Amino acid sequence: MNAPIELRADETFVLNVGPQHPATHGVLRVKMEMHGEYIVNAETVIGYIHRMHEKMGELKTYPQFLMNLSRMDYLGALGYSHAHVLVVEKASGIVVPERAEYIRAIMVELNRIASHLFWFGAFVMDLGGFSPLMYALQDREHILDMLEAVTGSRLTYCYFRFGGLYNDVDDDFIAAARRFVPRMRKSLKKYRRLVTDNVIFRKRLEGIAPLSKEICRKYGASSAVARGSGINFDVRKNEPYSVYPQFDFDIPVYPQGDSLARYMVRMDEIEQSLRIVEQGLDKLPGGPIMPEKKPKLIKPPPGDYYQAVETARGSFGVRLVSDGGKTPYRLKLRSPTYSNMHLFDEACRGMMIMDALAFMGSLDLVIPEIDR
Amino acid sequence: MVAYFTEIYNGLVSLLVGMGITFKEFFKPTVTVAYPYETLTMCARYRGHIELVPDDEGNPRCVVCGLCEKACPSNCISLGGEKPEGGKKKVLTSYVLDFTRCSLCGSCVEACTFGAIDFSKEYNLASRRKEDFIFDLYKRLEERRP
Repeated sequence: MNAPIELRADETFVLNVGPQHPATHGVLRVKMEMHGEYIVNAETVIGYIHRMHEKMGELKTYPQFLMNLSRMDYLGALGYSHAHVLVVEKASGIVVPERAEYIRAIMVELNRIASHLFWFGAFVMDLGGFSPLMYALQDREHILDMLEAVTGSRLTYCYFRFGGLYNDVDDDFIAAARRFVPRMRKSLKKYRRLVTDNVIFRKRLEGIAPLSKEICRKYGASSAVARGSGINFDVRKNEPYSVYPQFDFDIPVYPQGDSLARYMVRMDEIEQSLRIVEQGLDKLPGGPIMPEKKPKLIKPPPGDYYQAVETARGSFGVRLVSDGGKTPYRLKLRSPTYSNMHLFDEACRGMMIMDALAFMGSLDLVIPEIDR
Repeated sequence: MVAYFTEIYNGLVSLLVGMGITFKEFFKPTVTVAYPYETLTMCARYRGHIELVPDDEGNPRCVVCGLCEKACPSNCISLGGEKPEGGKKKVLTSYVLDFTRCSLCGSCVEACTFGAIDFSKEYNLASRRKEDFIFDLYKRLEERRP
């Protein structure tokens, strides 16, 4: 009756991970062809949360599209808005006051820390540790409180405007940010002792899923995925924008290419972002946050414009083709996670399934940003 | 052989270090709030759904110019106004906000040059019926009138 099923030695089966699965952090589906515990072939299926942001960009006027950008990546929303406002300002020749640019940089860096903290917690939870998520969320909450007090919302900010900002920062924010920096440094030490130096954690990541430079270049990977494989590329340094040339910070690069290297790059990036926030607060100039002469109607002259920024997830670019009208002719959004994720199909072949899920966690995927 | 025992020793140390940290955190004060029994006050710039601002007499400041209607990316605002007999200016008769489509971007508040709309601090919004989120702001203002 209950005779065990005889499997042939080369027999494979298909395992369907997602689209509703805790390890995929959203609606990503992975079709895995398995041989026992080993992956023979994998195929990522996307499109479950496609919302036509690019088409909306063509239909809405420039100011009306502002709030869409923060709906793409809900963890590091400000970086995405930054790219959009920068490209429209470049196209229509709006000069941004220095104070506004400094505040933008501080806000984006704080948002980057919040995003990395959430990733850190979720990643460790994927590997089976629950407490670090709680500690990371507690630290992230301090940032969200600061951002909420200035921007008015906690997650999907609509803070940047063409030419400046929606609100000015007050002394309370500056004091809170100054208090936050040393507290975060202390927490980083705690995370180092609790997670990074933990033997089980290291054994699950060290040497797992090594990515070569070639595969990163082939798929156009950026952020910690590329920097963990020894590619020293960061838009903030390589194609400087905003006020980033004024800041003194380093780009963490690890040559190993394994999951631990990607983890270490992100943890080091938190420290570098703290340095930028500190310097930004010291250098913050006075003055207006909106230009005196701001065009009422935004109509960039016909042309083709591109601006890339370094967001928490990699280099995000906006290509704007204008025909001189009230709405763009074409608005292409180059999302970093889309490129980072497509590595997975090729890189996970021959890997065990637990390692593959840890590898997927180390890519830092945000699905609404892939589908956009 | 030595490597084997060093590994066990290192594993034990990292286990104890981790447990020490979680043990210390256990005695730290609670940072969470037992919502809905306790609530936090919203910060001054909190962006809830919009609300009409009354003037000194309790009438809406709105002059029915329709700038907010045009600024809205999702067409959630519809205005109604009429000229009263003998009056020169238009008077607001209805201001309907379709909150099911609103994404709280604040374009309407920025577009308003009369200071007639402002963000509310309301965040306890939950219902099973879609109609509950189609707010007649004019009616709400009338209800608030002392």
